[in-house]
Amino acid sequence: MNDRIPGFATLAVHAGAQPDPTTGARATPIYQTTSFVFNDSDHAASLFGLQSFGNIYTRITNPTTSVLEERVAALEGGTAALATASGHAAQVVAFQQLLMPGDEFIASRKLYGGSINQFSHAFKSFGWNVVWADSDDIPSFERAVTPRTKAIFIESIANPGGSITDIEAIAAVARKAGVPLIVDNTLATPYLIRPIDHGADIVIHSLTKFLGGHGNSLGGIIVDAGTFDWSKDNKYPMLSEPRPEYHGIKLQETFGNFAFAIACRVLGLRDLGPALSPFNAFLILTGIETLPLRMQRHCENAKAVAEWLSAHEAVAEVNYSGLPSNRYHTLARKYAPKGAGAVFTFSLKGGYEAGVSLVSNLKLFSHLANVGDTRSLVIHPASTTHSQLDDDAKTRSGAGPDVVRLSIGIEDKEDLIADLEQALSA
Amino acid sequence: MNHDSYSDDYIREILNSVKTVAMVGASPQNVRPSYFVFKYLAERGYDMIPINPGQVGKSLVGKPFVASLREIDRPIDMIDVFRSAEFVMPIVDDALTLNPLPKVIWLQLGVRNDEAATKAEAAGIKVVMNRCPKIEYGRLSSEISWMGVNSRTLSSKRAPPPTMGMRLSLNRGSIGGGGTDAADRAAKNKNDIV
Ligand SMILES: Cc1ncc(COP(=O)(O)O)c(C=O)c1O
Repeated sequence: MNDRIPGFATLAVHAGAQPDPTTGARATPIYQTTSFVFNDSDHAASLFGLQSFGNIYTRITNPTTSVLEERVAALEGGTAALATASGHAAQVVAFQQLLMPGDEFIASRKLYGGSINQFSHAFKSFGWNVVWADSDDIPSFERAVTPRTKAIFIESIANPGGSITDIEAIAAVARKAGVPLIVDNTLATPYLIRPIDHGADIVIHSLTKFLGGHGNSLGGIIVDAGTFDWSKDNKYPMLSEPRPEYHGIKLQETFGNFAFAIACRVLGLRDLGPALSPFNAFLILTGIETLPLRMQRHCENAKAVAEWLSAHEAVAEVNYSGLPSNRYHTLARKYAPKGAGAVFTFSLKGGYEAGVSLVSNLKLFSHLANVGDTRSLVIHPASTTHSQLDDDAKTRSGAGPDVVRLSIGIEDKEDLIADLEQALSA
Repeated sequence: MNHDSYSDDYIREILNSVKTVAMVGASPQNVRPSYFVFKYLAERGYDMIPINPGQVGKSLVGKPFVASLREIDRPIDMIDVFRSAEFVMPIVDDALTLNPLPKVIWLQLGVRNDEAATKAEAAGIKVVMNRCPKIEYGRLSSEISWMGVNSRTLSSKRAPPPTMGMRLSLNRGSIGGGGTDAADRAAKNKNDIV
């Protein structure tokens, strides 16, 4: 058998799935069960001791969820993955394996507002200290490195501003500092950008967005690139030291290049508990089968809408890196040659008032706090997702008061443009 | 032979053809990787022999410990080495005194000794380094997929439900790339990759 490398669309349909051994079911069944029977007490002991592959309890593994995990790992080019109940849960679980109280991590200021909140407040209460840097100013990451730095966190395409991050430049800073680079690849999806190919050690997603793609299920995932040596400087005791939770197993020694994903599962998910429901895993898995088709359409529509908006007299500025005039266009062509995604912002000459009126006049676009749905979505970040930030932080993360964010769906683009046209002239 | 990465065919052929496996450095402690691998391969039907001079008189998962390779009373297909790189050459030298010669010498995850590998290969022995046979068996059979691991294989065939003691089919289509390369990137100086 040849080691032929299948294309992305083939992996999106097949990776991780096979006909059900018991029934022959071809679609992945929903294993809606909390627990799995043991063959005998020795089998149970082997499973609890991590000596055998198999299922114990859905908080730790589930056969529907594991298909989703393998599929996303394959699409990202990682060694393994771990699904969680939401994107935010994925972040908590990933950081728990890396940071002890008093440790630091560096994060780009251009992030989803919810992540800025999570890092500034919830993480702070765990003693995990975020140090902010600017993804448009690579040396700001270098300057932020201290002996307590344990990780660097960025978004590949930042929400809401749509800016493209120079992943390779920041990966170089992370390597020099001897810490893993974590990339939130939610807005790009592996169809547009594969951060591991550019030096990321860990990739995180909110599956809630384009991967699930239909606005029906929360979910998150952590992908292990298998590239980081956790035992080198003893900086990551969860991975390199004997774990008392498992009678002294050393995870990297035992699990090699997927030890981080295993740590997230057997230390993070097992003990913190934010497991994905098998039903959500099934819906997200079904969504992923059409990811390449949907992303092509999302990007084509987004470009058409962005071009139309930038020619409109009421519009002050369109921040879409797919437009040649955009400051991130060169980076977009390098990192996301197939398309610059479908989430972008624009500002109206009429400022805050015009933004609010536009949102209320739209008939096809839905006003809600999500992105990456088949449906086109609109929001005014300054009064919603980013409302907890002060004005300065709002502007720095691309959510100034005059900014409107769109997430372009897969409808007919003529209908989306017509809706924007009537709302802008209403 | 290039030991930076292995084709799935190379690994698959080895795991499909060997039957008797002697494990040098097998530990009776049930949290050590060697114990995990020994038990798993025994469950999958391999004839496992634990070698550890300090444990003679005791047994591992029902198999009696043996002091050295030369004391094994039957032909060995594969030697799985759980010792660090500096101890590998004497093990290869020992293996070369066996008649018949073993077909495969397998060095565990994190263990690599190119000099010893060249010597074994010169005698016609296949060598695998810095890999784990349990992980590779689990990967090629896709059993490891239960843990969310990327098996880098695809199959549209219905497999029989796995039971204890059963050999699993390793003949799935390979995706290539992925884990093995990543293991090498991690093992090498990280500064090499951009
Ligand atoms: C870029 C990004 N990361 C993370 C999250 C959080 O994901 P979830 O809502 O699934 O917890 C979101 C949600 O909007 C997001 O857009």
